[in-house]
Amino acid sequence: MKKGVMRPGHVQIRVLDMDEAVKHYKDLLGLIEMDRDDQGRVYLKGWTEVDKFSVVLREADEPGMDFMGFKCLNEDVLGQLRSELIERGCEVEDIPAGELRDCGRRVRFIAPTGHAFELYATKKQTGKWGVGNHNPEAWPRGLEGIKATRFDHCLLYGPNLDETLDLFRDVLGFDLAEQVIAPDGKRVAQFLTVSTKAHDIAFIHHEEPGKFHHASFFLETWQDVLKAADLLSMTDTSIDIGPTRHGLTHGQTIYFFDPSGNRNEVFAGGDYHYPDHEPVTWDAEELGKAIFYHDRVLNERFLTVLT
Amino acid sequence: MGETYQVTEQRSGQTFRCKAGQSVLKAMEQQGLKCVPVGCRGGGCGFCKITVLNGDFECGKMSRVHVPPGAIGEGEVLACRIYPLGNLIIECRPQPAGRLASEHTTTKVLR
Ligand code: FES
Ligand SMILES: [Fe+2]
Repeated sequence: MKKGVMRPGHVQIRVLDMDEAVKHYKDLLGLIEMDRDDQGRVYLKGWTEVDKFSVVLREADEPGMDFMGFKCLNEDVLGQLRSELIERGCEVEDIPAGELRDCGRRVRFIAPTGHAFELYATKKQTGKWGVGNHNPEAWPRGLEGIKATRFDHCLLYGPNLDETLDLFRDVLGFDLAEQVIAPDGKRVAQFLTVSTKAHDIAFIHHEEPGKFHHASFFLETWQDVLKAADLLSMTDTSIDIGPTRHGLTHGQTIYFFDPSGNRNEVFAGGDYHYPDHEPVTWDAEELGKAIFYHDRVLNERFLTVLT
Repeated sequence: MGETYQVTEQRSGQTFRCKAGQSVLKAMEQQGLKCVPVGCRGGGCGFCKITVLNGDFECGKMSRVHVPPGAIGEGEVLACRIYPLGNLIIECRPQPAGRLASEHTTTKVLR
């Protein structure tokens, strides 16, 4: 049941070298640089996003994800969800407004997988970049590289998938859209949605908590995915796999790495989910096909290369 | 620049050439060899960890989780982020038994 969480709103990614990272996320991926702060963090977004930013880069000596934030309908909902998280026994950290520039207060908690998540309701809206919302043209001129349209989801690796599903479903109103089940009945992958997208956040079971698999960005067409692949080759960027299709969600995809070793995805298409739909289930024996629909074999990197 | 060095991976006995300014991992990949595991190629995942047993090299930025302070002095580095300054003898970590087989058996890895 929907609880007022609307969508993935931001992700803060640690990078080893800010200049290299900005080149990657801005010039290659095609995000728009929106701001910088006195901590040296760089704020970016995809051009279709209405809110001011969705990707925050922070220079650090180990890569990975600091946190992922979900935007809620309004401040009342945020207050309500905060209480419910506390009732549930979650330790909640209140981050004051302005800690991220032009973002309201954030309520941070650690999921049983070991990842930090945040809820917030207020962020400055600068409108779709280059087109606005009044008689808007189809797309803006002056976009760079892959022209990623928006931050879409993350895939995270960690333990305690059952507890994490319960928390996201019962407290935050997510639905289980897709899952992978091992022969012993254990769920080893779960794709959760709070919208009609096939996933807004996904988890794969992994003993080590808090690991980052990828942040994903949406493209319009398969042709755009192929052109992304061209650009990755032109820039000699590290490709993981693709272009190919996922079995899970059926999105058309390519995986690659930023200069600090964080995995990115750009994808097009994909299934949709409504709250009355049963989850789509893949058997773990078919995991190769579930992940890479054409190769039907996992590359080991998919399961083990994380930041 | 223009210099080319020889890199020898001790465990497999494989040898490949690496240009000055080129990462050891990239040189290995270009020559179609697989003696060092390839991950992110960006110093982030630790997959390509090796020990340099002999020879001089320069390093790029590497995740501190995989190369803690002091490790570089011991020659424990990431092949995707080292650039030879002379011939190198390197050794990768012992490959877990499951690694080669795991291409086709994925469910074990997930448990
Ligand atoms: S391949 Fe990831 S650290 Fe070298
Ligand atoms: Fe994805």
